[in-house]
Amino acid sequence: MADDEIILADLSDDELVLQMHDDLYDGLKEEIEEGVNILIARGWTPYDTLTKALVAGMTIVGADFRDGILFVPEVLLAANAMKAGMFILKPLLAETGAPRMGRMVIGTVKGDIHDIGKNLVAMMMEGAGFEVRDLGINNSVEKYLEALDLDKPDILGMSALLTTTMPYMKVVIDTMKEKGLRDDYIVLVGGAPLNEEFSKAIGADAYCRDAAVAVETAKAYMLRKHNAISA
Amino acid sequence: MALNETSVPDDETLTHLGMAELKSGRVLLIACGALAHEVLAVKKLNRWDHLDLQCLPANLHLWPEKITEAVVAAVCKYQALYDSIHVLYADCGTGGQLLEKCKELGVEMMPGPHCYSFFEGDAVFAERSEIEFTAFYLTDFLVRQFDSFVWRPMGLDRHPELRNMYFAHYTKLVYQAQTDDPDLDVKAEACARRLGLTYERRFTGYGDLITAMAKAADNH
Repeated sequence: MADDEIILADLSDDELVLQMHDDLYDGLKEEIEEGVNILIARGWTPYDTLTKALVAGMTIVGADFRDGILFVPEVLLAANAMKAGMFILKPLLAETGAPRMGRMVIGTVKGDIHDIGKNLVAMMMEGAGFEVRDLGINNSVEKYLEALDLDKPDILGMSALLTTTMPYMKVVIDTMKEKGLRDDYIVLVGGAPLNEEFSKAIGADAYCRDAAVAVETAKAYMLRKHNAISA
Repeated sequence: MALNETSVPDDETLTHLGMAELKSGRVLLIACGALAHEVLAVKKLNRWDHLDLQCLPANLHLWPEKITEAVVAAVCKYQALYDSIHVLYADCGTGGQLLEKCKELGVEMMPGPHCYSFFEGDAVFAERSEIEFTAFYLTDFLVRQFDSFVWRPMGLDRHPELRNMYFAHYTKLVYQAQTDDPDLDVKAEACARRLGLTYERRFTGYGDLITAMAKAADNH
């Protein structure tokens, strides 16, 4: 064992959480699993472990990605590590309960198989307390509508990586309008070639440039929705 | 890179610096560095000596959000010096922003989404993409520069376990060949193996690039 090797179990709670942020940043999956298990064994609630150790750590990763300090491979490794931590926490969260922010259906549009960004959004939304149903890739308008009907989500998220597939988002939104469903849902869109202007042009509620923005936007819209209901 | 360069620089230079062949001062093509070989070949074949070429670094494709700004800067730099300027970029992941800026500046650009489309022909590619959206494309340049544009930027050299996160939904690698080069064919097939994809070689030649350059050549 190297002299400078950090023994996670020897760290105080605060030190451990900071170390887990570092480990998440470095994409160290096994260390994250170990850290999660230690915090739970120390009596931390699954919700606190999720938000303070994992989500907070991943938020740093997201910010550094946005600022050009981290690149896609590092973000994917961090996401893998966070996913491993969430895998431990999910059943515990289901048992102990956690604040529910809302429900989301998310998927990549028809003709598009890219799902890295969409998967990150789904994971961060779950981390933020949203119940997420991930429809995967290559989703037709029928598949989106079926999921809306079945799950009755608050939010529909659509993703596209290609200039050629992003117009399909408009097909989905137009169909929702035709069926009188559009105003029943918050529609968030994202993907590398998209921008704010495109989002407005197709009639989405908001464009989310990354997973962190998606979470903040979703929370803001949910708050507005609750305020409107209680008004 | 010095101006008035006549030979095509090596691919590393095209990737990081681009190149310039500025001689005639009549019609300027502003192109992606990944197209330098092809643009110069088409120019030579057709004896379009009045076409000058400014290639921007090919690695802008690793940050598509920087393409529009770089093209606009090049257009502005040369607009007063040339009778006309043509942009040999397609949308290239700019989400329509490059088209919008080119319209504002009054310069023409390539139609379509990207070079995979115009090499194959936009109409054919659009039709094919309905059923071929699980294909990963490489051109001559990208086969030669596979490590610089795919393997290393995706971190697959350091973290091969990321392969599935990137390529789980892809089924095949299509090498769109601009030239008949058996060595590139072998290399492209090796790229497919490294990515765990089946392999298909498809000869495209220069496709719609010729049409766009012919239009530029006539416009002076």
